[in-house]
Amino acid sequence: MRRLALLACALIGFAPVAEAQQRTRLTVYTALENEQLAPFKQAAEAALRDIEIAWVRDSTGIITARLIAERQNPRADAVWGLSVFSLLQMEALEMLEPYTPRGAEALRANMRSERSPMTWTGMDAFVSAICFNTVVAQQRNLPRPTTWNDLLNPAFRGQVVMPNPNSSGTGFLTMAGWIGARGEAGAWDYMTRLHDNIQVYTHSGSAPCNNAARGEFGVGISFDMRSVTLRNQGAPIEIIVPTDGVGFDLEATAILRGTRNLAAAQRLADFAVSRPAMELYGRFYALLALPGVEPTVRNYPADFAERLVSADFRTIATQRDRLLREWAGRFDGKSAPRN
Amino acid sequence: MPDAVLAAAPSRPRLSLDQQVMSWGLWLALAFLLAFLALPLGTLLLRAFETPEGGFAGLANFRTYATTPALLVAAWNSVWTAALSAVIVVPLAFGYAYALTRACIPARPLFRAVMMLPLLAPSLLPALALIYLFGNQGMLRGLLMGGSIYGPAGIVAAQVFYCFPAAALILAVALSTADARLYEAAAALRASRARIFLTVTLPGARYGLVSAFVVVFTLVVTDFGIPKVIGGQFPVLATDVYKQVVGLQDFNMGAVVGIVLLVPAVAAFLLDRWASRQRSATMSGRAVPLRPAPRAARDRPLLALCLVVAAVLVGIVGVAAWGSLIRFWPYNLSLTLDNYGFSRFDAAGWQAVWLSVRMAGLAAVLGTAIIFVVAYVLERGPQKGQLPGLGRFAATVPLAVPGLVLGLAYVLFFNHPANPLGVLYGTLAILVLNSIVHFYTVGHLTAVTAIRQLDPEFESVGASMRVPVWVTFGRVTVPMCLPAILEIAIYLFVTAMTTVSAVIFLYGPDTKPASVAMLHMDEAGQASAAAAMGVVILGITTAAKLAQLVLGALLGRATQAWRR
Repeated sequence: MRRLALLACALIGFAPVAEAQQRTRLTVYTALENEQLAPFKQAAEAALRDIEIAWVRDSTGIITARLIAERQNPRADAVWGLSVFSLLQMEALEMLEPYTPRGAEALRANMRSERSPMTWTGMDAFVSAICFNTVVAQQRNLPRPTTWNDLLNPAFRGQVVMPNPNSSGTGFLTMAGWIGARGEAGAWDYMTRLHDNIQVYTHSGSAPCNNAARGEFGVGISFDMRSVTLRNQGAPIEIIVPTDGVGFDLEATAILRGTRNLAAAQRLADFAVSRPAMELYGRFYALLALPGVEPTVRNYPADFAERLVSADFRTIATQRDRLLREWAGRFDGKSAPRN
Repeated sequence: MPDAVLAAAPSRPRLSLDQQVMSWGLWLALAFLLAFLALPLGTLLLRAFETPEGGFAGLANFRTYATTPALLVAAWNSVWTAALSAVIVVPLAFGYAYALTRACIPARPLFRAVMMLPLLAPSLLPALALIYLFGNQGMLRGLLMGGSIYGPAGIVAAQVFYCFPAAALILAVALSTADARLYEAAAALRASRARIFLTVTLPGARYGLVSAFVVVFTLVVTDFGIPKVIGGQFPVLATDVYKQVVGLQDFNMGAVVGIVLLVPAVAAFLLDRWASRQRSATMSGRAVPLRPAPRAARDRPLLALCLVVAAVLVGIVGVAAWGSLIRFWPYNLSLTLDNYGFSRFDAAGWQAVWLSVRMAGLAAVLGTAIIFVVAYVLERGPQKGQLPGLGRFAATVPLAVPGLVLGLAYVLFFNHPANPLGVLYGTLAILVLNSIVHFYTVGHLTAVTAIRQLDPEFESVGASMRVPVWVTFGRVTVPMCLPAILEIAIYLFVTAMTTVSAVIFLYGPDTKPASVAMLHMDEAGQASAAAAMGVVILGITTAAKLAQLVLGALLGRATQAWRR
């Protein structure tokens, strides 16, 4: 009989959780890394005692597709830790609830929504970076790159992997960085020359770094956060933030229009821009949205913030479709993998 | 509704209770297929004719897509990799199935079990194994002679591995029914062995061969997991859907590619239908089952083939299992069990495994009941009009629908505020129903095959003895079809344990399946942990498969004596 009851519970989807009934349960969609979920949940629930965070985590593309597909009847109350490009897409679809979190005016001007009330607030910046396998480099005599231009060296022929911007947000952010640093014509010229050294454009943004860590390729273009996990496992990998201008993306927070828990979601948004939350982000990322908070993450160059290209997210977002189509026309058709 | 029935009743001839039950059953079956397959898919595919704002776009999206230079390349790539995979798999599977059914080789049940290995683990597991074996750091990369696994070679290799069980299963069934009298006649006419093979064996298995080819072709065309992980940037139609939906969040174009993707699949389906019409009754009631006699010249090479194929299948899975025990490929090969402490890599931890077991168990129980009853009603119910044919067609559609398309279709349909079935959304139930529908076709075909083997006279006799049709169904049909029912249940269990593509859009905060957790670990750079999760899933599905063998043997003794 108990089994039957359990089965019934399972079918209807009610987990028999007693204590959750007093607390408001917020469904939060996120693309944060797996290892960040537990500390973030803990910190938020400690600060907001009557709120319980229920995560739905997936890669940026999947989560964004889900959010947009669920648009007519949103299931998420809030988004915490998703690319600002995704949020701008959602803003254009009128999916975000305008709300200026308490203290959000103190954030860096280019890391929060310029609308009033705000539609999103930034948390931290992550940048495109080079994952460099030192063992493979030794075997194949690859010089250590310090700039994007170094990757054009013929020594890297067939050694570089990067994410396909048409399937991965990381790929697009890398491309946006090149456009920001070199202008559009310069960026196309650069990518055309880089294309000769690329072995594969992958569909996932983390695959290039994972593959570089496994020694499949010498150089993977990915994002900075990825390498920490891999190094902890013993991958001979070095993370390089090129000095000639890197593209960056923001992780950001927003409230979904139509949430049934608006008050609780607003309190989470307040917490997400608070100093304790920023200190938490600083354990993983080097550039935080709130000035004056010292990040505790290691292995970042001191002049990290200066290497970021100045980026106008809104302009880039409006050009996104055109840029991606152009990219596909130039590089996607050449499908045969080089050996 | 009852009013309508009463009003309509006088104008029609009175139906017997049995006929009424069967026609109600038919309507229920069609309602199920409508609500959980046709309407969701329709909701998504209609998007192909809409602008992003929701207006009517006519064929504009198709025109845009047709002018994209990559389209023809992707379509051609899909077709040739699928055809090549099928051309490699079908003869291999034919040899293997021939050895199992028409030769005297030892350890046949073992070979039969090993044949199923690729189905028992998520496709990411063999993909990881292939990287360990043939990647740029791979143990056997020399075999590629400088070629790269990241591209068509990798796709075809992984697809051959992945599709082998489907082809071998179909061919084993096709070859297991043979009339010994034909062979006796051929031998009496002094036909050579080659001639007998060409004129008796091959024509007898013709339908199975076409079927196997069609199934493999369709599976390869619609699968995006393998090309995504190992195909590099080699574009195929299935990764185009992924690009449109996940990369660009363009559901309209995603739906366009989804429809384009249905074209080769529907063509394959029509070919299959044509082939099945060519098959006149090869097994009449007077047929004598063929019992192969030992013959070394035939048995030894076939045994060798089986050993080689089995070794490759076990080898690939074995490499993945070893990969789950190492610390970090390829730089730290020391062994550890740490990778099995899943909570270190994923918040859901082992919970994901138990959730998957629950989901797969429910899919097996509910799905088997639904599939078998629907198949029974479609086969033995009233055959007037277009409805049963429509139902049969609908039941074969899921095979041609990529999981990604089905998953998105479920979001759009069940999450719609006006949908009364919306309460299912976000629950385990939607994952269960989605898995049942996603893998409906194979179960349906199995059920139909089993039901067609039974003489329709059973129902007539039952009716003449005034036994209601549901009693005949429960006392005769179900017991006689038990092996097939068990087969369907285990198939649903196994596929629900391993599927990723559709459920990735549907799981909620408390319902993350193990196969999705495995994908997340691999994406997070935790390949060893991902392999460990794959091995756990493999362990559970293998246990289910073994349980089927044991149960099947017991039930067979109790209910299948009539076959002998």
